[in-house]
Amino acid sequence: MGKINERTRDLGHFLEMADDDIIICRCEEVTKGEIRRAVHEGMFTLQEVRKFLRTGMGLCQGQTCGKLVKGIIARELNISPNELESSTGRAPMRPVEMQVMANERKEG
Amino acid sequence: MKRYDLIIVGAGPAGLSASIEAAKRGLSVAIFDENSRPGGQLFKQVHKFFGSKEHKAKIRGFRIGDELLSAANALGVDVVLNAIVIGIYQNKEVVVNIDDEIVHYKGDTVIVATGASENMINFRGWTLPGVIGAGAAQTMMNLHGIKPGERVLMLGSGNVGLVVSYQLLQAGCEVVAVVDAAPRIGGYGVHAAKVARTGVPFYLSHTIIKAVGDKYVTGVEIGEVDKEWKIIKGTEKYFNVDTICLAVGLSPMSQLLQMAGCDIVEDPKRGGTVPVCNHYGETSIKGIYVAGDVSGIEEASSAMIEGRIAGIAASYYLGYIEEDELIKEAYEQEKSLEKLRQGMFAPENKGKEILKTDEGYDVSISLLRNGYLDEREVDKYPGVKRTKGVHPVIECSQNIPCNPCQDSCPKNCIKIGQDITALPIFDDTTTCIGCGMCVASCSGQAIFLIDNDREKEYSYVTIPYEFLPLPEVGSKGDALDRSGAVVCEAEVVEVKSIKAYDKTHLVTIKIPKEMSLSTRFFKQLKEVY
Repeated sequence: MGKINERTRDLGHFLEMADDDIIICRCEEVTKGEIRRAVHEGMFTLQEVRKFLRTGMGLCQGQTCGKLVKGIIARELNISPNELESSTGRAPMRPVEMQVMANERKEG
Repeated sequence: MKRYDLIIVGAGPAGLSASIEAAKRGLSVAIFDENSRPGGQLFKQVHKFFGSKEHKAKIRGFRIGDELLSAANALGVDVVLNAIVIGIYQNKEVVVNIDDEIVHYKGDTVIVATGASENMINFRGWTLPGVIGAGAAQTMMNLHGIKPGERVLMLGSGNVGLVVSYQLLQAGCEVVAVVDAAPRIGGYGVHAAKVARTGVPFYLSHTIIKAVGDKYVTGVEIGEVDKEWKIIKGTEKYFNVDTICLAVGLSPMSQLLQMAGCDIVEDPKRGGTVPVCNHYGETSIKGIYVAGDVSGIEEASSAMIEGRIAGIAASYYLGYIEEDELIKEAYEQEKSLEKLRQGMFAPENKGKEILKTDEGYDVSISLLRNGYLDEREVDKYPGVKRTKGVHPVIECSQNIPCNPCQDSCPKNCIKIGQDITALPIFDDTTTCIGCGMCVASCSGQAIFLIDNDREKEYSYVTIPYEFLPLPEVGSKGDALDRSGAVVCEAEVVEVKSIKAYDKTHLVTIKIPKEMSLSTRFFKQLKEVY
């Protein structure tokens, strides 16, 4: 992972692409262009992009876009997607309403 | 906090199998599943499974699901549905969302069998209604009885893409094409062949350029890709469709394990982010096990065995069995698993181009490119022999782990041997009685009965048929070849549907003798659906 975190990497200029307007994260409506731009602005990991753009933080929790976002970041960094760690798995694993979260069953 | 010896996350094939092995050794077991029905993907699997008897071959997936579920229930396993495991904490505390409550459970051991989620790919228009995962199409059809669309394009020629394409046809949808960016069909040739013979074209080295539509999908454009996966100009093709199905692989749902603190690796051969585990499925945290797709994408048959192994290992971990029993029984299961992991489609062969079978026969290029065997090459395979009277023609040309045809023949006409991936051999010194058991037993629908001697001018070809309504005896229709092209007119002379065939109907058609080598399917003249 050391290599990816080299923040001095030169990614070259950000060049717009014809399909930058395609939505990648449907839940949070994040486009390919936004993800690519975020990488150029220094977000080199899935975790950073997630915190910056909220990719994978919606209803499906990245089930749909996780691999797609990974692929886009990897391409921008010119590395293999396998070199990128998936974003951190955290509880709750599925979206839970706050009122449910606060409603713990009383043990009898 | 309620305590269980074993808590299993996911009531699919792996989870249910694990629960059975553990419960029968005396463990108290609970399974939590976020879905409203148990069985995971099993209840969507309406096709017959591969493998051998010990792997429940030739039994349809949903029946296996029924069997597992009633076995688990009989052993007193608590199968809790609509129960979403939201986290695993210290001391294996499992936190579950049930109804509108958060409930804490303590498991002395935990087996995570959460399965996998479908991959997506993005192209212009991929967010339009009508672009769905193949698994979603299966859920709509086979669980809810809803037709996903009228005209469907399938992207992905792996087993999921092929099996779902066939099920779409069975549901009465028109499948306009099966498309794959790879230059070869990824799934079993027999699965491809049963789709191809209904007339579905395959476009290999093609991908989707865009989905077209204003509010929902009304069409799709595909194009051929070059070696760098770029679209070759001038190769664009357009189809009017209302549904685009994506079957582009699965990703293990390993987030829960990662959250729990288990060591995780990126392993593309296993499908993505997977837990580190030993051959019992034990992760880096003692007492937490994995089984099924979550530890590497395979299929339901191997998931069931992995589940059994994890269930046995958990029993040992808690002291319910001795070490020698663990070693002995896990070894039996591992041997069974090993049998499934042989042949051309073994996990170790993923992505490899294999041009010869284990026996040294050439693999059909036509099968890999077009989805069907070329008529001129069929004869070279050992299941195809021209003999007098009624006899099976076994168009099985790849080493896949499957042998029900051998077991089904009461006259021992078909030989595979110990190695279940071997190609079936038709022994023409034996006498076929035309019972049709082999035809119905073949999960790949690759066996036909041919009788060239009943009449002088005509041949009788018996085909496996899984479409409704069934053709009527005496009705006429089109005889189709392996590519689905009409070769001649055919008359239905017999339709056999017995219980032992398990919903595979045997339709015998009469065609002019010279067409017996090419005829492999029948299309009713009146509108079938």
